[in-house]
Amino acid sequence: MNLIVGKEHFSENVVKLEIEAPRIAKARRAGHFVIVRVDENGERIPLTIAGSDLKKGTITLVVQRIGVSSDKLTSLNVGDKVCDVVGPLGQATRIEKQEGTVLCCGGGVGVAPLLPIIQAHKAAGNRVVAVLAARNKDLIILEDEVRKSADEVVIMTDDGSYGKKGVVTVGMEDVIAREKVSEAVIIGPAIMMKFGALTTKKYNIPTIVSLNTVMVDGTGMCGACRVTVGGKTRFVCVDGPEFDAHQVDFDEMLRRMAGFKAEEQEAYKAYIDKK
Amino acid sequence: MAINEDILKAEREEAWRKEVRDSMKPKDRMALPRVRMHEVDPNVRNKSYVEVNEGLTLEEARNEARRCLDCPNPGCMTGCPVEINIPKFIKNIERGEILEAAKVIKQTSTLPAVCGRVCPQEKQCESKCIYNKQQKEPVAIGYLERFTADYERESGKMAIPEVAKANGIKVAAIGSGPAGLTFAGEMAKMGYDVTVFEALHEIGGVLKYGIPEFRLPNKIVDVEIDNLRKMGVKFEPDFIVGKTATMNELREEGFKAFFVASGAGLPRFMNIPGENSIGIMSSNEYLTRVNLMHAADKAYDTPVFFGKNVAVIGGGNTAMDSVRTAKRLGAEHVYLIYRRSLEEMPARKEEIKHAQEEGIEFMLLHNPIEYIADEKGRVCQAKLQVMELGEPDERGRRSPVPVEGKIETIDVDMVVVSVGVSPNPLIPNSHPDLATTPKGTLEANDALQTTRSDVFAGGDIVRGGATVILAMGDGRKAAASMNDYLQNNK
Repeated sequence: MNLIVGKEHFSENVVKLEIEAPRIAKARRAGHFVIVRVDENGERIPLTIAGSDLKKGTITLVVQRIGVSSDKLTSLNVGDKVCDVVGPLGQATRIEKQEGTVLCCGGGVGVAPLLPIIQAHKAAGNRVVAVLAARNKDLIILEDEVRKSADEVVIMTDDGSYGKKGVVTVGMEDVIAREKVSEAVIIGPAIMMKFGALTTKKYNIPTIVSLNTVMVDGTGMCGACRVTVGGKTRFVCVDGPEFDAHQVDFDEMLRRMAGFKAEEQEAYKAYIDKK
Repeated sequence: MAINEDILKAEREEAWRKEVRDSMKPKDRMALPRVRMHEVDPNVRNKSYVEVNEGLTLEEARNEARRCLDCPNPGCMTGCPVEINIPKFIKNIERGEILEAAKVIKQTSTLPAVCGRVCPQEKQCESKCIYNKQQKEPVAIGYLERFTADYERESGKMAIPEVAKANGIKVAAIGSGPAGLTFAGEMAKMGYDVTVFEALHEIGGVLKYGIPEFRLPNKIVDVEIDNLRKMGVKFEPDFIVGKTATMNELREEGFKAFFVASGAGLPRFMNIPGENSIGIMSSNEYLTRVNLMHAADKAYDTPVFFGKNVAVIGGGNTAMDSVRTAKRLGAEHVYLIYRRSLEEMPARKEEIKHAQEEGIEFMLLHNPIEYIADEKGRVCQAKLQVMELGEPDERGRRSPVPVEGKIETIDVDMVVVSVGVSPNPLIPNSHPDLATTPKGTLEANDALQTTRSDVFAGGDIVRGGATVILAMGDGRKAAASMNDYLQNNK
């Protein structure tokens, strides 16, 4: 059981939770994720760690309410306990000194797992330009935190309610056009990562994406998270979650991620009705 | 660990044993028929999660015990990976001392109720029974073991093994499956301060996530785990050694030695076209969803597919568990697709029999070569290559070879791939000082010591995919080795 010690609403459906997990807080690196089971009847869901506080022994998770499990989790309050938190899992992000700029692109709640990567790149002495994208102003999260670490921040919104109007790739193209980008990191919805990857591919910019596929155990045991990378089947939980964006079969991944869509929607409807 | 023959002989000459042995002539004993296990009707059980085998009555068990000749050189014991004193426990049943029989089993076996249910006895103890030489069915040792354990549990007088005075030495088991639990029990008996670390949220490893309720009810496993707790064993679920903390960090916290029993881990796929279609999953995923996450129960959040036409690929126990689970979840047709014939099938005989009785359709000498998906990416057909048996391989099993041009297509909406597992790389990757074999298993010597002197390993992380009882045997052996190591390195 892990105690929730902090909760902040970024928007109606996006919540930041600070959860007691001292060992994970100590062991985690940028790129790692945890598996969370909210209650005794809950499923095991993977969530990328957005930060940690060693003194308090806590980790930060940013959760968007989209279904039963995320609804349960975002409904918890300070003082409540999460049934299980296990990790840190996956491979940590490889951070290297780059000659040119590191372009870090986050879509929606993807900005949360991107933040520790931005911080790590900055700590490694890299110039970091961040592109934060969302549907509208309300859904841009962690902007202040990103500004503290990134050299420059570009905001993109679909409706133009904040920053520049347009999708993430528009912002990416602008940066790529004006400075030498040595590496790109893209984290967000699968469809956004797919098009982000296509964009950097045009310019041959090595690109990393962090995948968030369906998982059960999160330790390599079940293979539910498998994706095709470079023609080979890889497990996101143990081989990833980060992969070479230009090698990922996004179309297959998108299909697989929708595998339980009907079941999930039905379950969420039943859950809301009950609630 | 050699069986101490002198002790065995002395015990065999005890007055009560002689009396029991002399109460009936061997010829009369051998004339008794082998007991039949009570089973729930196939058409009832394939729609429910009730345990299939119902066990023996006291009378049946005592009758079956009478068949045992109490041989002076009991072959059965040499077939048991944990060297249970089989004649001694069986003769205790014959004289009606069931609780005494239970004590005998528990001297060397930590999980008798589990072994009595899932051991492949026909390949172990029962295969070495003297009756086989007479072309007769062996003594039903497995049934008797199960009977004894169940009787003891239900008696409410379950004996907790004696625990030596605490020596204050902290040791860790990594993984709470059969190897880790057995190790923990053995070390606790010797007075060690044992902590079992488990990656999942439930204790029990494969006994919980893998083996279904109809073959091994969770409550049986929980009783065994509770007994370990009563012996002082501590459990830490949600703890992945190598991730949450490394062995070196745990050493700093006072742990003196480790037993790695992290299991087989990664499921294998066949890498054929279409295998990543929706509705195709590993048996680990399928069984974990249903067994550990209770996905078939509406009260739980984890989803699972309820296929109407299900294909399970493979011929091992896990494949049997998968086909039988699919049937129970309402599938109309469940195909077991195996590339060799029934003879080569590695599953326990009993599981094969139960699966056949429950209406599983065996497609032997067939091997999938491609899956076809519908427009949504969901599997709808499997293309199967018809096989025939060729030359025997290095293990003596005849290798299947494709019959050229013979390809069949079947309609399926769910496929479970159960073609084996690879070792979990988590521990080796996070502990580079542990050497691995080319197969990715941990290297360990005969004493199960790895290339790091304070780390021992056993079960599937060393064997690469074996049985519950072999894992338990390893747990027991590793405990003895670790004890030697710790006593010599004080």
